[in-house]
Amino acid sequence: MLNRISTYFYQRPKLVLALFLTPPMLYMLVVYLGSLFSLLINSFYSIDDFTGMIVREFTMRTYAQIFNIANREIVFRTAAMALVVTIVDALIAFPLAYYIAKFASPRLRTWLLIAVTVPLWSSYLVRVYAWKLILAKEGILSWFIHLFNLTDALDWLLGLPGIGGSSLSLSPIGMFIVFVYIWLPYMIIPIQTALERVPGSLLEASSDLGARPSQTFRTVILPLAFPGVVAGSIFTFSLTLGDFIIPLTLGNSKFFIGQAVYSYQGTGGNVPLAAAMTMGPVVIMVLYLLIARRLGAFDAI
Amino acid sequence: MMNNPSTPAIQFDKVSRYFGEVKAVDHVDLEIIDGEFFSMLGPSGSGKTTCLRMIAGFDRPTSGKIHLYGQDVSSLPPYERDVNTVFQDYALFPHMNVEANIAYGLMVKNVARQERTKHVDEMLELVRLSGFAGRKPSQLSGGQRQRVALARALINHPKVLLLDEPLGALDLKLRQQMQIELKAIQKRVGITFIFVTHDQEEAITMSDRIAVFNQGKIEQIGSPSDIYERPASSFVAGFVGTSNLVGGEIAKRTTGSEQTFSIRPEKIHIGSVSDNPASGMISLDGVIRDVVYLGLFTRYLIEIEDGVDLVVVEQNLKSTSMDVLSAKGQKVKLSWHQDHISRVGG
Repeated sequence: MLNRISTYFYQRPKLVLALFLTPPMLYMLVVYLGSLFSLLINSFYSIDDFTGMIVREFTMRTYAQIFNIANREIVFRTAAMALVVTIVDALIAFPLAYYIAKFASPRLRTWLLIAVTVPLWSSYLVRVYAWKLILAKEGILSWFIHLFNLTDALDWLLGLPGIGGSSLSLSPIGMFIVFVYIWLPYMIIPIQTALERVPGSLLEASSDLGARPSQTFRTVILPLAFPGVVAGSIFTFSLTLGDFIIPLTLGNSKFFIGQAVYSYQGTGGNVPLAAAMTMGPVVIMVLYLLIARRLGAFDAI
Repeated sequence: MMNNPSTPAIQFDKVSRYFGEVKAVDHVDLEIIDGEFFSMLGPSGSGKTTCLRMIAGFDRPTSGKIHLYGQDVSSLPPYERDVNTVFQDYALFPHMNVEANIAYGLMVKNVARQERTKHVDEMLELVRLSGFAGRKPSQLSGGQRQRVALARALINHPKVLLLDEPLGALDLKLRQQMQIELKAIQKRVGITFIFVTHDQEEAITMSDRIAVFNQGKIEQIGSPSDIYERPASSFVAGFVGTSNLVGGEIAKRTTGSEQTFSIRPEKIHIGSVSDNPASGMISLDGVIRDVVYLGLFTRYLIEIEDGVDLVVVEQNLKSTSMDVLSAKGQKVKLSWHQDHISRVGG
């Protein structure tokens, strides 16, 4: 009996494929794309200012609200933060990933990869709150800064317009530090994977042909690791764009996209505006991917 | 700096390379002559690739010195040595097209673009790949990649070209074709080629001289005919071609000395038991144990004493497969000329 069933399936490979693919495809379509679609629909509804009820009629009014000055600033602020976080993460992650991929012994590599990923096992909230304490006015970081007599430098930094604040944890600088920390593993792993796939003989060939290490880095290592950097930046960029916990916990009262969405759909009850705000990061990410493709980030994959 | 013809291209002065306890290269002395096609032959792990990597600069000797045309290069980085390498896996840059790959050596030296293009065109012609400049390595066949790797390594006009088993990944036909082509290119550019291989046939076909490596040491250096006809050790006799090693009592009976000698299978003549050996010939009686018909020739396994077999190869000039296969079990007399044996000691 069992034999006959397996023979039946063996002779119908397409049926087997269909059976295997249908559940995940259904999930993709209904849960994943479906929710995105309902988001899109909602963003074209509007809210009745008087009753606070959602008007289910097609309108561009909600989108127009995004372009008022306050919301435009939120989008710009978030995108700028995401960009800076991405660049700094890439700068920190590259040497680390390079060391892990090309120099560390297999044993050390395993340990380093565990060290990179272990923070992801603990709760994100706990880590954010831990940072809030570290960065607080009476926190351990200020204590260290005081110890090294750098309090003046810190005060100068916190006095900078736009990014300063009364303490690190209450300033955009503090938010930036935490963002960089939180998303760093998502940058290290793709770069490390990309570098691991670069055969050692390519680096030897480059050096053999007369390239100094800096030239080898520029002409061989960087171009071949670039897809990894792009993959990592997609994580760090989009995660920063959408995050609302960190702006809620740290920084000043200036809104970020995630926070705005959170308050519009929650306390504000303005689901259409929240949906339209969410479409912002989606559009930014699509543009980002198109530019990345233009730069040849996916050519070597 | 002009190359003085008497200065060796490469000179190893008691070079050793240890990896922990493993002696990959063990006190090797070696001189490679300017302009020759030199092969390093040996099984894997014999130290030949480590020697090549030390010449290229990817590895440094634990002790000893390496001289390149008289200059001590032992501790120079690869990018400061006038030596280029063709890698086993070709190591072409996947993100660059053929032109950029070949021009790489000039690009890192800031040679002007126009000049680069001119040299690349020359190189493409040398390796017969004109018209492929715009292709990516992934769009090329194995043989074509091989040629690009060669062109890329030659564009800098290195003093010495190193080839690390470059034909290993090609199929037999292409390999034989590339052997002839490589040799022709070497003649044309007049650069010293150092070729690492584990394929004895390849080494014999292409080389002016061969060094046979075993366990980190060189067993013998000589011309292909030296190595084949007068192997210096039983290892060389066994590794280069097939060889019968005869020692002990049988050696004493046939040659008057117990010292082991080697005799090549094709030098042995199979005759009938009643034959009388001519002068200068050594003969032995035996029984044909096994026959392998191989088309062009036949390989016989002949027992000359309990547990002692000799391999004999005869060309199928007149015999058919039926003839040779029916010979199994026959008693025969083997004979060979005494000059055809070589003493391998031990």
